[in-house]
Amino acid sequence: MVGDALFSLRDLSVEFATPRATVRAVREVSLDVRRGECLAVVGESGSGKSQLFLGSLGLLAAGGTARGSARFDGHELLGPDPAPRRAVLGTRLALVFQDPMNALTPHIAIGRQLAEVVVDRGRLDAAAARARSLEVLRAVRLPDPEARLRQYPHELSGGQRQRVAIAMALMTEPELLVADEPTTALDVTVQAQVIEVLRVARDRGVAVVLITHDLGVVAGIADRVAVMYAGRIVESAPVRELFAAPAHPYTAALLASVPRLDTPAVRRLSGIEGQPPPPGAELPGCAFAPRCATAFDQCRASLPVLQADAARSVACHAPRHADGAVP
Amino acid sequence: MSELLLRVRGLTVQFPMRRVRLAGPRGWLTAVDSVDLEVAAGRAVGIVGESGCGKSTLARAILALVAPQAGTVEWRGQPVGLDDPVGLRRMRREVQVVFQDPVGSLDPRMTIAESVAEALAALAGKQARAAQAARIAETLAEVGLDPALGARYPHELSGGQCQRAAIARAIVARPRLLVCDEAVSALDVSVQAQIVNLLADLRQRHDMALLFISHNLAVVRHLCDEVAVLYLGRVVEQATSAAIFAAPRHPYTRALLAAVPHPDPATLVPGAPAESPTADVTAVAGGGCPYGPRCVHVEATCRDRRPRLEDTGAGHLAACHRWRALPPGPGTR
Repeated sequence: MVGDALFSLRDLSVEFATPRATVRAVREVSLDVRRGECLAVVGESGSGKSQLFLGSLGLLAAGGTARGSARFDGHELLGPDPAPRRAVLGTRLALVFQDPMNALTPHIAIGRQLAEVVVDRGRLDAAAARARSLEVLRAVRLPDPEARLRQYPHELSGGQRQRVAIAMALMTEPELLVADEPTTALDVTVQAQVIEVLRVARDRGVAVVLITHDLGVVAGIADRVAVMYAGRIVESAPVRELFAAPAHPYTAALLASVPRLDTPAVRRLSGIEGQPPPPGAELPGCAFAPRCATAFDQCRASLPVLQADAARSVACHAPRHADGAVP
Repeated sequence: MSELLLRVRGLTVQFPMRRVRLAGPRGWLTAVDSVDLEVAAGRAVGIVGESGCGKSTLARAILALVAPQAGTVEWRGQPVGLDDPVGLRRMRREVQVVFQDPVGSLDPRMTIAESVAEALAALAGKQARAAQAARIAETLAEVGLDPALGARYPHELSGGQCQRAAIARAIVARPRLLVCDEAVSALDVSVQAQIVNLLADLRQRHDMALLFISHNLAVVRHLCDEVAVLYLGRVVEQATSAAIFAAPRHPYTRALLAAVPHPDPATLVPGAPAESPTADVTAVAGGGCPYGPRCVHVEATCRDRRPRLEDTGAGHLAACHRWRALPPGPGTR
């Protein structure tokens, strides 16, 4: 699973100019995605997890600017020259979003939509494109792929559409697949299938970035997890270490809010009280301190920096120890 | 036994389908098929199933928002229906509903306080302005919203705050039964946990019954006393929460349980359920078990005869020919 970095972000910041103020959505984030691994980026709404990747790929909405460095296989994507970005986006690096209906054109049959991804770029001829379409539809485990080619998006269920969107992303044999909340609108049964499809892609050597708010879904697929809060990474670790002993209180709280079946049926879930700081807020200390049960004076006064050891990094003045003890 | 609030018998809702040919016969899609259900005062009943299983239509039929083709709905012993405006108004004063989309269920041109006031005026009658304002502030505080947020508009609040406002609007007139239709599905898990806890608190404090509709059994487990599992419009399993999670009888219930994400990479059981993800309504015109085409335990009997809902012991109902023969588990992992 470990390999060299395929996609590297260094000190990536994303800002949005609003009439009132400049909102900092992502704050100097650095991370690596290695070849063939699945990295999960987890955080609540507004944590900046989506903007991090949209920003690094030059896909921000109007008013947004990204600073820092985003390198794909050594090529800088955020430079003044758009050529490297164009060479990578949609071919070597593919995206899947939450709403599959937006990714598919309603009046064009699935087969033509899949084929044009490779035909319009001159990569394959029509016959080869059809063969490739059937292959990716099988890879995402859609039953009866020949019949699917003739169908239109409205004839498919939400989960089937999402699988078609993933199939379309796989058409160009990308090295990196970025999936932004691909299962959020779906039933648990369909969610399990979509995660399974992403796992199959990962097992075939595609690096996968899974962006989600639900720590529950990442356990089954991720190799590493980065947890974001208020625009920063607060903890990143291999998946087993993170679940076995979350070091950041926010990670621990997120994990505790997942409703699960393997614990005694308690009446109360442990949610996280309070709200994340509003988008424009500038706090001197740790952004999580106002909601943190173990915060003390230093947490409110100074920003904890991300401290890394061998595999794990955490940004907390008083991280929890591996045995789960709170200092 | 506490008072029986809601009693549903044989409720069936059908929607006409488009004719295939102009002069051809009109097909009917049976969204809810002969459902029996009871909710006693203060109890929490969960309705579980995938998209398209009819759980929302069932709720709408109970609330008399769609007309059923057959069956009865009784509210505190009195039959209610679309043809009985007086009974309907009486029921609607005591039954409120919270929907999935928190922003869409609030009027964007009304402040939060105005939305709550509208519900209060409609349901509890006119009150002195001061008493009304106090009641609204109190209700907002009760759902965990700063009463100062009452002056804001829905677009100024987060999704979780809007869902709290929608709950405030629903409970301001002290309903006996709160119907929650996927009320936490669109929320972040951290916010979802807050709302589930809020509903549990409100239920206890006001002795309010809940009809909680969801596709996620793990959430239902934290909130409900009883669970009914719906597949293609029919109840396929119905029991107390304790019984259903300890020993699920129906293969579909087991598939739903297996699909709940298991937040522990160390003991991961890869659990993508068998193919045919969508409930294909057209495939079950025959006489067999509607779940047969997806079932891993299917055998000849299942294709020939539709299983009836039967008592498998101690009131644990299941509609499966093979429940006796199924291997034990997977219940709660």
